[in-house]
Amino acid sequence: MALATLAQTPAVPLDEAGQYVAGAYIVFVVLLVVYVGLMAAKLGRISRDLEELAVIAESKEHDSRQQTADSGTGREAAREPVA
Amino acid sequence: MNLSLRALAIATAVLIGAGFALVFFHAPIDADQGFIQKIFYLHVPLAIVALIGFVVAAVHAIRHLRSGDPIHDARSYVSIHTSVIFGVAVLITGAIWAKASWGQWWVWDEPTLVSFLIVFLLYATYYPLRYAIPDRERQARYASVFAITAGAFVPLNFMAVRAAESLVHPRTFATADGGLPSEVWLVFLVCLAGIAALWWTLVRFELTAKRTSAQISRLRRALEGGAPSPGSGGVAARIAPGVAR
Amino acid sequence: MTAPPSTRSVVATILAKDLRVELRTLQSVPSMVLFSTTIYVIFRFGLDRTRLDGALAAGVLLVTILFAALLAINRLFVAEREQGGFEAIRLAPVDGTALFFAKAGALLVYLLALELVALPVFWLFFLDGGSGLLPLLPVLVLLDLALAVTGALISPIATNSTARDLIGPLILLPLLVPPMIAASAAGQRLLEAGGPSYDRYGTWLGVLGLYDLIFLLVGWAVFDYLIED
Repeated sequence: MALATLAQTPAVPLDEAGQYVAGAYIVFVVLLVVYVGLMAAKLGRISRDLEELAVIAESKEHDSRQQTADSGTGREAAREPVA
Repeated sequence: MNLSLRALAIATAVLIGAGFALVFFHAPIDADQGFIQKIFYLHVPLAIVALIGFVVAAVHAIRHLRSGDPIHDARSYVSIHTSVIFGVAVLITGAIWAKASWGQWWVWDEPTLVSFLIVFLLYATYYPLRYAIPDRERQARYASVFAITAGAFVPLNFMAVRAAESLVHPRTFATADGGLPSEVWLVFLVCLAGIAALWWTLVRFELTAKRTSAQISRLRRALEGGAPSPGSGGVAARIAPGVAR
Repeated sequence: MTAPPSTRSVVATILAKDLRVELRTLQSVPSMVLFSTTIYVIFRFGLDRTRLDGALAAGVLLVTILFAALLAINRLFVAEREQGGFEAIRLAPVDGTALFFAKAGALLVYLLALELVALPVFWLFFLDGGSGLLPLLPVLVLLDLALAVTGALISPIATNSTARDLIGPLILLPLLVPPMIAASAAGQRLLEAGGPSYDRYGTWLGVLGLYDLIFLLVGWAVFDYLIED
């Protein structure tokens, strides 16, 4: 049965018809890849924004701990590991 | 159905992979059009899925108008967006098919392709429409009205164009022998399922991205606003057609 | 306390008001007539033809009517926007859809008035025999209805946007393709050189009628959301 399927398999045709068919499927793939690229760019932006926000959040937490540490008696402010 | 994005993506990859493999290794060569006919397995599913996508967008739009919940507007927007992209692919592959079959990049006596062009031109106006209305809520409402109107328009359009044209477009669903051979049906259905899954995956993907962007704006507001209690669940920044929850 | 007025009477009131304003200010219809006549002249030179029949005749006539309609549609809700008509309808205890029907009605009247002049002028300029014009009238009326209903639906969207004069026609034109197709198909057969042909006359009327019905329903269903604040 495999042989029968293989017999039906068209050899990659380099004639005109094949080029058009290939062109159509290539257009599809290209559009898909472009879409993926754009989404990847968006994802990059999102992760950069998140990074920024993480820094802001950490600095805020650091500030508020600094405040409580200064206003209390102890001097050791907890230092969380830098992510 | 609440399939995870990953499951959807995997299903899409499998279906499209299987579909294309079937197209090139199993589907018989068409008697009339020869090898060129294989574009049919790509072009037609794309068209069908795009059109169904527009109808889905109309349904989301109806839910948006009734509930006022911006999540439905986001779904409507992304559905239209994805269908428009698929529409571009339909028109390009259609042109390639036309060139290969009839020697011209565009033919007017193809009611289905012409109808699709008109629908595409209509939905392409969705973007200038949204950009022309600065107020978020109004923009979403008007966009929903548009989506519903356009959705009602699609079947009318196909009917009118078909009534006006002689039928030259290969009516592959009704050949002289009274239907497609079963292998062709199988390959077609697999490709249709694959393209539909692809549409769904892309829509979910983009919705997730939008939601994430909105959450980030929310976070930013909370952090930079200096409010002692972060994450106020109230007013969310609607930078994207309303998503934030 | 009197009961809130029925939708029908509100429609009649608004329609009467609009027509009265139009009669007094003559803002829309004369411009449309002038516009059509000038377009005919442009077509005469653009196509280099002094006599038209069949598809060309139908095309010139219908496209002219279409573009004249766009003029009227662009200004259909301007008064409402500038003078608070939208707020008034919102606050009044009436169905907002009344505004939709009234405006569609007004537009229909304007188009019929336009054709009262534009058709004879067209006959004068381009046609050899007028026998096709009478059966063309039902087609034109249905087309006018399509223009009116679709225009009344899209016009508030355009008026309330920033790209006012551009967005209206941009969205309207693709929407109007089916009625234009049907009207042209009927028109080209009715205006044939050898005399009107009634080939599939019923089909074209059917398509136009169906379009009108569906868009009337759609407009009725969604118009309220357009005038919400």
